[in-house]
Amino acid sequence: MKFDQPAQSNPIDQLKVVGRATDRIDGPLKTTGTAPYAYEQYQAAANPAYGYVVGAAIAKGRIVAMDAGEARHAPGVLAVITADNAGKLGKGSRNTAALLGGPEIQHYHQAIALVVAETLEQARAAAQLLRVDYARSPGAYDLAAVRDTATEPAEAMPDSRVGDFDGAYARAPVKLDASYSTPDQAHAMMEPHATLAAWEGDKLTVWTANQMIAWARTDLAETLGLPEDKLRVVSPYIGGGFGGKLFLRADVVLAALGARAIGRPVKVALSRPLMFNNTPHRPATLQRIRLGAEADGRLTAIAHESWSGDLRGGGPELAVQQTRLLYAGANRLTALRLAVLDLPEGNAMRAPGEAPGLMALEMAMDEMAEKLGLDPVAFRILNDTQVDPEKPERPFSQRRLADCLRSGAERFGWHARRSPGSRREGNWLIGLGVAAAFRNNLVMKSGARVRLDRHGILTVETDMTDIGTGSYTVIAQTAAEMLGLPLDKVVVRLGDSDFPVSAGSGGQWGANSATAGVYAACVRLRERVAERAGIPPAEASFADGQVRGGGGRGMTLAQAAAEGELVAEDSMEFGDLDKRYQQSTFGAHFVEVAVDYATAETRVRRMLAVCAAGRILNPKSARSQVIGAMTMGVGAALMEDLHIDKRQGFFVNHDLAGYEVPVHADIPAQEVVFLDETDPMSSPMKAKGVGELGICGVGAAVANAIYNATGMRVRDYPITLDKLLPGMPERAELG
Amino acid sequence: MKSFTYEKAQSPAEAAAAAARIPDARFIAGGTNLLDLMKLEVETPAHLIDVNGLALDRLEPLPDGGLRVGALVRNTDLAADARVRRDYPVLARALLAGASGQLRNKATTAGNLLQRTRCPYFYDTNQPCNKRVPGSGCSALEGFSRPLALIGVSRTCIASHPSDMAVAMRLLDAGVETVKADGSRRVIPIADFHRLPGDTPQHESALAPGELVTAVSLPPPLGGKHYYRKVRDRASYAFALVSVAAVVQPDGSGRVALGGVAPRPWRLESAEAALPLGARAVTEQLLAGATPTQQNAFKIPLVQRTLSAVLAEAKG
Ligand SMILES: Cc1cc2nc3c(=O)[nH]c(=O)nc-3n(C[C@H](O)[C@H](O)[C@H](O)COP(=O)(O)OP(=O)(O)OC[C@H]3O[C@@H](n4cnc5c(N)ncnc54)[C@H](O)[C@@H]3O)c2cc1C
Ligand code: SF4
Repeated sequence: MKFDQPAQSNPIDQLKVVGRATDRIDGPLKTTGTAPYAYEQYQAAANPAYGYVVGAAIAKGRIVAMDAGEARHAPGVLAVITADNAGKLGKGSRNTAALLGGPEIQHYHQAIALVVAETLEQARAAAQLLRVDYARSPGAYDLAAVRDTATEPAEAMPDSRVGDFDGAYARAPVKLDASYSTPDQAHAMMEPHATLAAWEGDKLTVWTANQMIAWARTDLAETLGLPEDKLRVVSPYIGGGFGGKLFLRADVVLAALGARAIGRPVKVALSRPLMFNNTPHRPATLQRIRLGAEADGRLTAIAHESWSGDLRGGGPELAVQQTRLLYAGANRLTALRLAVLDLPEGNAMRAPGEAPGLMALEMAMDEMAEKLGLDPVAFRILNDTQVDPEKPERPFSQRRLADCLRSGAERFGWHARRSPGSRREGNWLIGLGVAAAFRNNLVMKSGARVRLDRHGILTVETDMTDIGTGSYTVIAQTAAEMLGLPLDKVVVRLGDSDFPVSAGSGGQWGANSATAGVYAACVRLRERVAERAGIPPAEASFADGQVRGGGGRGMTLAQAAAEGELVAEDSMEFGDLDKRYQQSTFGAHFVEVAVDYATAETRVRRMLAVCAAGRILNPKSARSQVIGAMTMGVGAALMEDLHIDKRQGFFVNHDLAGYEVPVHADIPAQEVVFLDETDPMSSPMKAKGVGELGICGVGAAVANAIYNATGMRVRDYPITLDKLLPGMPERAELG
Repeated sequence: MKSFTYEKAQSPAEAAAAAARIPDARFIAGGTNLLDLMKLEVETPAHLIDVNGLALDRLEPLPDGGLRVGALVRNTDLAADARVRRDYPVLARALLAGASGQLRNKATTAGNLLQRTRCPYFYDTNQPCNKRVPGSGCSALEGFSRPLALIGVSRTCIASHPSDMAVAMRLLDAGVETVKADGSRRVIPIADFHRLPGDTPQHESALAPGELVTAVSLPPPLGGKHYYRKVRDRASYAFALVSVAAVVQPDGSGRVALGGVAPRPWRLESAEAALPLGARAVTEQLLAGATPTQQNAFKIPLVQRTLSAVLAEAKG
């Protein structure tokens, strides 16, 4: 089915199931520990052996010699896989560094071996017996030091120029020129990368944890040099990903190689300390923002430049992307610069580009509002735009940023905000902060198959994944709505490359695109059912488990499938509506912080997000997405930081004791409001994404609240107490 | 993790004797630190002596009004004990500021005192570390040192001691009761229990080979107001950047001990005389001669400000 005209009214608009707050249908499996994650696929393949991944001990250089003799003879060891004996391996186009390194080493903890043994303990013990000699090469590990060598990544995102930035900026009566930085960050999801691999003849099945089944299969085929039809990728449950599981990783390749070598299934999970350097991370950025405005607050000049680094062949963090669209202003400049770094691979993490970009831009807006003597909410509304500022002929499909800001200000009690550093309660300095949330709505072709059986049970099959987001449930809601069934008559099967290819989970495109694919398949199935019932498809209506025609003629769906299962398959393909209209999601984050005036510890006290993101398919799981993203935004603002050892070239704090993310005690009352909205340009679902919108701007809202509390502007994230201390007020009693 | 043999100790004296006799033997209590280190092969004991069965999990009043805390009393139980909460609240608060509920359920008094540093290089066997491999060098000195120590350190090691409980024990002048391999018993004052790194950062305590901690004895209660203020990057489940334990008497005199700044709980009795003069004077003496790195120099003003807030609260 092609979606190239704005959606008309359709069965989804009934909202009997869709749009209602619905518990996750996979919830009981998860809370009872019975959802089989990759490492717990006990039924899938009998008697697996265990693999343990060994990571390189250096960041850059070569393996001069490796002696695996002792490891091979250790108790229980079945095989040691290294680049020497793995056979020729390709590299998936989505991977920057090789997933099995050696002799060349491209980054710290790049996998160099898999030790396979009867038990995990034996494999782990034997792994320590590998003797590896390295020759180190000098590498670049410090973004600031190589900043001047960075070049324009013309393919990923060339510079954009509109009007005459330099002239307008020079003339602007009010100006801001400030630099910001964001650190390297880790996805730090709960479930590590894990795979169980089993061969049957020349066919390989991997049960793994991956957000994008079709990408994983293509890249695995390229890496192993096998045709795709010999590979099956299964990933029904995923314990979080945040982008860290978008791509094929070493666990899959090594489990496959191990299983082939010993002729037996092999299970591999990355150990936690390996994950931070072995797998991709969100790259650090250095950003410069210049804003010029008239005295009345109208922006006339906007420039945003960002520097990031990656391994050779990698890509930039697209931190300036949203600046092209967020605020009006006739003269504009955005530019990315990419340097070569020999740190582990940088790649997508929740709201890649937007999250760090808005941490800078939305702090700059706060600073500029103050220079102009304007309220930060009013300043943003003043510079709102209903069209793409670079191409004014191109409107937004929907844009209710101003509504989000206004309604949020009202609900949050924004008027209580006082001048910086002037509100104190006991030992706490109190501040309020705001930031805009802004993330584009992407659409991706997505397919599904639906089956109706003689019991009236509707089964949906698609390779869409559920990374804890609620995909199972919104897909079930969609199918139930389309066929007029209650939710408990719908079975959803996800994450299997034997199923039709879907949009997958990434870029917050999953819910809208994947349900649109299910919609398409259900439209076909409705036709089949109507045919069986002898009703002209155009006249058929589906409700209460029945199909009915104009004259009231009809039958139950079970009856329609009595003579045999009815199957329909289709996909939703998206036309150029996203070119003709800019489709985006919007929100406003409001945060109240308390900063201890003695220790400068920041504690978030209240958070509110008001979002406008199209039709909300399941308000309950959408809220979960947004509060989770807000939590991650607090982490980015206050603590998350991969500390680089700039001599050895690696992230030092590579475990969850050292890489701190928020714990429950850090997160206060969180409120989420979705404005009532449907977007007919996005899909027949009229929905958009929320999973990444939720994190966009949070960091800046926290930072702005800290400024309001303390009068201290910290432009280098995370805002830890050591950065605030030098400027904290000296008080008599602190003598 | 390397393979190891395992025994359940039958008595404290036998445990100590076995530990001295068998090469590379270690005691295991809650295992919350030791097992993590074994999985990473930072520690590679050949033999584990499980002390959990020794009846060392009691709290008993002492004739002098103090309290004896068995080496195997769990952190959770110690923090919840009514006598501890009434007479030694600084200890209860320090315990509750540490780790998480689940860990405290397992963690023991002796294990907590003897937990090893959280220096990240110590945990990464690819990196030089004098504490893990004597003579290999200290990666932290010019590397990532933000969480580490700035006083009592040496050029060979700047690791900080991570325990919260130990800071309160030091403040209270606890005594560490032990039994040695030859069956003899002694009490090591807590001030002498943890060693400074010097040139041998691998030696962290005054314990002789095989010596088993059997209890920690707390002197009679001090009275006064008790504080344990732990400063960290997140609200819970994080090690201290800095912590301040204090007991303040109505006349303004008192005691102060610090966590997070030194290779052991940091207390200088001589500095306490300056308490009536305020936090600056005390901090200057407590941290005189500190050699911070660029990354952890912030701990000096942080100690002062935190202590200042504690003293203000004590007054108020
Ligand atoms: C994620 C995490 C967070 C943590 N956060 C904190 C925190 O914020 N604050 C804090 O203070 N601590 C924290 N801890 C550390 C925790 O307090 C210690 O791991 C625990 O107290 C150790 O006690 P245990 O009984 O488990 O010791 P074990 O791991 O069993 O033993 C530790 C050491 O003590 C030795 N030992 C044990 N018993 C005896 C004995 N009777 N005599 C002689 N030697 C003995 C062992 O041989 C071993 O060397 C944290 C730990 C983890 C894993
Ligand atoms: S500070 Fe101590 S523990 Fe850390 S690397 Fe140096 S020697 Fe090792």
